[in-house]
Amino acid sequence: MKITVDINGESYSHEVEPRLLLVHYLREVVGLTGTHVGCETSLCGACTVELNGRAVKSCTMFAVQADGARITTIEGLSTDGKLDPVQEAFWNEHGLQCGFCTPGMIMASKQILERNEAPSEEEIRHGLEGNLCRCTGYQHIVNAVKAAAAAGAK
Amino acid sequence: MATTLTKTETLVGKRVRRREDPRLITGTATYVEDIQMPGMHYAVIVRSPHAAARIRSIQTRAAAAAPGVVSVFTGQDTRGVGPVPCGASLPGLRVPHHHILATDRVYFVGHPVAVVVARDRYLARDAADLIEVDYDVLPAVADPEKALAKGAPAVHPEWPDNTAFTYHAEGGEVDKAFAEADVVAKQRITSQRLVPMAMETRGVVAEWRAADRQLNLYTSTQIPHLVRTLVAGMLGLEENRMRVITPEVGGGFGSKLNVYAEEALMGFVARKIQKPVKWIESRRENFLCTIHGRGHVDYYEVAAKRDGTILGIKLKIIQDLGAYHQLLTPAIPTLSVLMMPGLYNTRNVRADIVGVFTNCVPTDAYRGAGRPEATHGIERMVDILADELGMDPAEIRLKNFVPQDKFPYATATGLTYDSGDYAAPLRKALDLVDYHHLREEQALARKQGKLMGIGISTYGEICALGPSPACPAGGWESATVKIEPTGKVTVLTGASPHGQGEETTFAQIAADELGVGLDDVLVLHGDTAIVQYGIGTFGSRATAVGGSAVYYALQDLKAKIRKFGAMMLESEDVTLSGGQVSCNKTGQSKSVAEIAAAAYRAMKLPPSTEPGLVSTHFWEPSNFTFPFGAHIVVTEIDRDTGQIRIRRYVAVDDCGKVLNPLLVDGQVHGGVAQGLGQALWEQAVYDDNGQLITGELTDYALPKAHMMPWIESEHTVTPSPVNPLGVKGVGEAGTIGCSPAVVNSVVDALSPLGVRHVDMPLTPEKIWKLVRRSN
Repeated sequence: MKITVDINGESYSHEVEPRLLLVHYLREVVGLTGTHVGCETSLCGACTVELNGRAVKSCTMFAVQADGARITTIEGLSTDGKLDPVQEAFWNEHGLQCGFCTPGMIMASKQILERNEAPSEEEIRHGLEGNLCRCTGYQHIVNAVKAAAAAGAK
Repeated sequence: MATTLTKTETLVGKRVRRREDPRLITGTATYVEDIQMPGMHYAVIVRSPHAAARIRSIQTRAAAAAPGVVSVFTGQDTRGVGPVPCGASLPGLRVPHHHILATDRVYFVGHPVAVVVARDRYLARDAADLIEVDYDVLPAVADPEKALAKGAPAVHPEWPDNTAFTYHAEGGEVDKAFAEADVVAKQRITSQRLVPMAMETRGVVAEWRAADRQLNLYTSTQIPHLVRTLVAGMLGLEENRMRVITPEVGGGFGSKLNVYAEEALMGFVARKIQKPVKWIESRRENFLCTIHGRGHVDYYEVAAKRDGTILGIKLKIIQDLGAYHQLLTPAIPTLSVLMMPGLYNTRNVRADIVGVFTNCVPTDAYRGAGRPEATHGIERMVDILADELGMDPAEIRLKNFVPQDKFPYATATGLTYDSGDYAAPLRKALDLVDYHHLREEQALARKQGKLMGIGISTYGEICALGPSPACPAGGWESATVKIEPTGKVTVLTGASPHGQGEETTFAQIAADELGVGLDDVLVLHGDTAIVQYGIGTFGSRATAVGGSAVYYALQDLKAKIRKFGAMMLESEDVTLSGGQVSCNKTGQSKSVAEIAAAAYRAMKLPPSTEPGLVSTHFWEPSNFTFPFGAHIVVTEIDRDTGQIRIRRYVAVDDCGKVLNPLLVDGQVHGGVAQGLGQALWEQAVYDDNGQLITGELTDYALPKAHMMPWIESEHTVTPSPVNPLGVKGVGEAGTIGCSPAVVNSVVDALSPLGVRHVDMPLTPEKIWKLVRRSN
C-alpha cells in the first residue's frame, strides 16, 4: 500500500506492506532511528512518538494506519541546533543514563506539558506511567519535567 | 540542577551535566539495532518451548525454501564452534558442555535450537514458524530445593544429584561461638530470581570480511575486549583480526557482563553467508534467555550474647544456577559468602554453598551480584535478633559495627575493608528521619491500630573489582591519554561505560589534571580496534579502577609536559598549573597546546625523551574498595488491601570521594529503584514444568514512575586509600542497601500481628493474607 506521511515537517511517500509496524517504518524505511523498540507490546513506551498531536506507541500501530498523519519524532524536536526546552531540561537535570528510554520519555513528557502547563509531581508520575526507565529511578526525570514546566515548555 | 563551568574552575566534585547526553536526547545515538549495512540480513532464532526434552528431529526444509531465506542452521551445523565459556573456577566444579545451538537435548525454555537467516526481519520471522522440531518431552525441575531432593529429574543426566558444586568457607571458632551464645536466631530467607531487564535488549551485528579474515562484531556488551578474546576462541579466529564494537549500550546491570551463544552464532552465520547479519533479541527472548539474577535460598543462624554482641554466623546457601554456567554463574554466591558479616565485627563465620542445576535460564551477575543477597540476609537477621533480645535495631547495629579505629580491617572471610566510619551514615540517617520522634509516632499509631513500620539497613559492599588474583580475568583497568598536536586531549578507557557517565567524569579528571577545558577532552571507549585492551564496566569498578588508570596516565604526561616546558623555557625551575608550564624565576610560560605542538614537531627534544605526548597505563589495584551506608524506610500498610505505602526513603551512602554529585545521585536513585523492585514487586516465577510464567512485561512487575517514592539521598565521605582518586564506587549501592530496609520496615509494621519475617516480593496479596490471618 502507498502511504504519505508528514514526519518532522517533511512529507514522505512509500509503498509499504500492510503489516509493517509504524516504528519499523520510521526506523528502517525513513531512517529515523531515534525512536526505539523496547518491548514490541506497547508496555515500555520507548517507541513513543507524537501523531496528530497525541503521544502514541509506534510499536503497536501499523504504518498504513498513519497514512495522512502528521508525526513528530525525537529528531524533530530541536530546530537549527537549538534544543527543545524538554530536551534541555533532561540534560540539565540528568534525566537519563543509558538513554534508551529517553526519546520516548521526552515525547511523553512533552505530552504531559501540552495538557498541563504546571503539573504536580503526582501528575508527572501518573503521566509517565506508560514509559519504563531502568536507570534513573524516575526522580531526575520528574525533576526534568518540573524544570521544563518552570521554563515554560509546552 | 547542573552548573555551567568556566575553564578556570576545577571540575572534580561539581555537578557537571553529562557530555554524552546531546546525542541521546536528540535521538542521534547509535545502538546496535540502529546499524544498517549494505546487503545486511536478519536472523531469527528458534527456541525450545520445553524445559527438558530430547530432540528427535528438526525439519528445516520448508523454512529454507521460504521467501527471502538464505540459510537455516541447527546444532549439527555449529558443532565445530566452541562452548559458551564459563570464566569461574571452583574446586570440583561440574561444567556442562554449552553448545551455542542445542544438539540432542534442550535444558530450559528458550534454549536456542535453530537460526533462520533472511533478507528481511519479517520474512525471517515467517520462516522461523515453519521449522518443525519433534521433541520427546522429559520431566523438568525448576525449583532448586526440589532439584536436590532424592528422585528429582536430573537436569544433566550425567549428574543425577543436580549438584554443580559445593563450597565451604570458615573463619574463627564457630562451634565455640555458638556454644557460648545466649541466643541463636534462625531463619530461612530467600532472594528470588529477578530479570535484569535492560531497556535495550541484547543485539548483535556481525560482518565477515573474507579477504582480511576479519570479523567485525557489533554487540551490546559491558566487556568488549573479553568478548573479543572469548568469541574469537569459540570461532577459532585470530584475535587480532576480530574487532568488537560496542556502540551505545541501553543498560546492562550485569546482564551484558557475559559472553552469549548468540554473539558467536552471529559470527558463525556471517562467515557462512558471507554477508552482514543482524540479530536483535525480542523482549520475550530477553526474559527467557538473558541471564537472571539472585535465586538464593539461605538458611541463617546468628549467635549472640544477651547484650546484643554478635558472636558468630552460620549460612547455608542453595544457589539456583539454572541449566548452564554462563560467564560467572557459579562465582556469584561466593561473593555473598565474602560479604556475609556485613559491617559487623564478627570473627566467627561458617558458610556452605550448594550450587544447583535447574531447568531454567542461568543466573549470573545482576546489579549487586551476590552482595544484595548477603546484605539482605545479615540485615534481616540483625533485626530478627534485635526483636528476640528486645533491642532497638539501630542500637544493635551501632553496638556491633567494626570500630572506626580498626581500619584497615581484616574480616573473618579473608577480606580487608579499606576504610570506614560505619556509624556516621546511620547516625546521619537517624537524624534525618528524626528517629526518636518517629518511634513515638509509631507507638501512638499502633495504639490506634495502624500498621506503621520503620526499617533500617546498614550495608557494606565489595567494589572496584578488583585485584587481578581475585578476578576470573584481570582485575586491572587500562587508559591511554593522548594530547594531540593541537593540544586537544583524547582519553581511551578500557572500561566500557553504558550510562554511568564516564565520558564526563573521566573528562573532569583529565581537564583538572592538565588545566584544560572540559570541552578540550574527548573520552572514547568500546571499540577494540581503537582502545587498548581493557576489562570493562561492572562491579562498581569503572571510576575506581578505570579512572585511576586515567589519573596515572595523566601523571606520566604531566612529567613529560614539564620536561618539554623546561626545555622551551630554558629553565629547570618550572611549574605546571592551569594549562601552562611557567618558569618560576622569569614568569614566562608555555601553554599545553604550545608544548604539544613542539612535542610532535620534534625540532628539539629534551634529554632521553621521545617525541609525542601519549601515555598508556594499566593500573592494578592493591585491594577492593568497600562502600557502605545506611537506608531508612518508613512504611504504612493498608489493612484492607495489603498495599504498602512508603512514606519516606532516606539513603545515606558513603562512596568515598564524589567526582560528580549529579551522577552519584542518579546511580543511587536507579539502584534503589531496582532494590525496591525486588523488595516489593518483581519475581521470575517458573512453574513445575519449567515455564517462565512471569515472562512478559504484563506479568513481571517493574517499578514505574508512579510507584516510586521520593528518595532523599545524602552522603558521608570516607575516602578510599586504595586508589589515588579516593573513590569507592556507587553503581550497586542503592540496590544493595534497599531491599532489607524495606522488608525490615514492613516486618516492623506487621510485628504487632506476630509477623517475624516475610520473603520478597512483598506483594499486596502476601501482606493482606498475613494481616487477615492475624484477625
